[in-house]
Amino acid sequence: MNAKAIVVTSGKGGVGKTTTTANVGAALAQQGERVVVIDTDVGLRNLDVVMGLEGRVVFDLIDVFEGKCRLKQALIRDKRSENLYLLAASQTKDKSSLSEARMQETVQKLLEEEGFDRVLIDSPAGIESGFQTAASAAAGALVVVNPEVSSVRDADRIIGLLEAREITEVKLIINRLRPEMVKRGDMLEVDDVLEILGVKLIGIVPEDEQILVSTNIGNPISLSDSSKMGAGTAFRNIAKRITGEDIPHLSFEPSGGFFSGLRRLFGGS
Amino acid sequence: MFGLFQRKKSKDKLKERLKLVLSYDRANLSPGRMDELKNELLAVIAKYFPMEEDNYDVKLEQHGDRMVFVANLPVQQS
Ligand SMILES: Nc1ncnc2c1ncn2[C@@H]1O[C@H](COP(=O)(O)OP(=O)(O)O)[C@@H](O)[C@H]1O
Ligand SMILES: [Mg+2]
Repeated sequence: MNAKAIVVTSGKGGVGKTTTTANVGAALAQQGERVVVIDTDVGLRNLDVVMGLEGRVVFDLIDVFEGKCRLKQALIRDKRSENLYLLAASQTKDKSSLSEARMQETVQKLLEEEGFDRVLIDSPAGIESGFQTAASAAAGALVVVNPEVSSVRDADRIIGLLEAREITEVKLIINRLRPEMVKRGDMLEVDDVLEILGVKLIGIVPEDEQILVSTNIGNPISLSDSSKMGAGTAFRNIAKRITGEDIPHLSFEPSGGFFSGLRRLFGGS
Repeated sequence: MFGLFQRKKSKDKLKERLKLVLSYDRANLSPGRMDELKNELLAVIAKYFPMEEDNYDVKLEQHGDRMVFVANLPVQQS
């Protein structure tokens, strides 16, 4: 993707935005990019625990916005990678200092003055000001969707709002796909979702209970699990496609071999 | 095994429903207002020529990038 600042969003809550931000961020850093992941879910901070960095939070995004600390002081270095930093959301209820202008200024500083290659912005659920603030600093978007009715509907709404903000580089991540349900005809297939939403695919992430295990210990699965059809590999492949590698999509669907074989559709970029 | 062929796949039903609901979402129109629109449309057209009593089909459809309003209103033939 050309966009250096990318918002991870979905409309609906609980579809995997935070999980995606942590895992794709970690994989990008492992590939050598200097990355900051920003949690903008003010009041419901979670990216810190998903990444296992909760014990290191001193300053947060609101502190930066209110000038209580310098930007550098609020950047928390990941324990596994020197290329990866977290900017945590604050747990206060007071969102009054959240503003699009401050968000844009912060992201611009990270890219231009602090020398980061990529900023991933984890958006809160909804289509209100939290989402708008997160999107305001982004040039591209990863829209996370689950193959079920309300998630697809909400994703469509979000895609419309991203277009309205003139964010043109919009890529879809289909998360929590369950191959055995697709096979039975009880879950939308990848092609169904793409046809309905009309945006480009950048990754298919299967339902994978190892995500829960890795989240329990605060260690992104994209760094720890290498099983070929697992979520870890899916997230690493998304990171590679973001950096421009042309990795074919794995097929989790019945048509070819048994859940394997390659989809030769939609290249990355 | 035979059940597999008899049963309509639930995902096909979902796909139809999603396509319909999204066409209304995108046009920012609630489906219930479509009936109102249909009735007004019929009243206007009936001023010009006789209409059949039923078989009206009025809907929004996605044609590629564009949303189109499709009205199929059979005219009474003498
Ligand atoms: N592919 C997946 N397989 C299994 N569980 C998942 C998957 N993706 C997300 N989850 C789980 O779903 C829950 C919600 O994910 P989260 O990333 O917090 O969503 P969001 O940030 O969109 O609210 C978490 O418990 C997470 O571990
Ligand atoms: Mg979240």
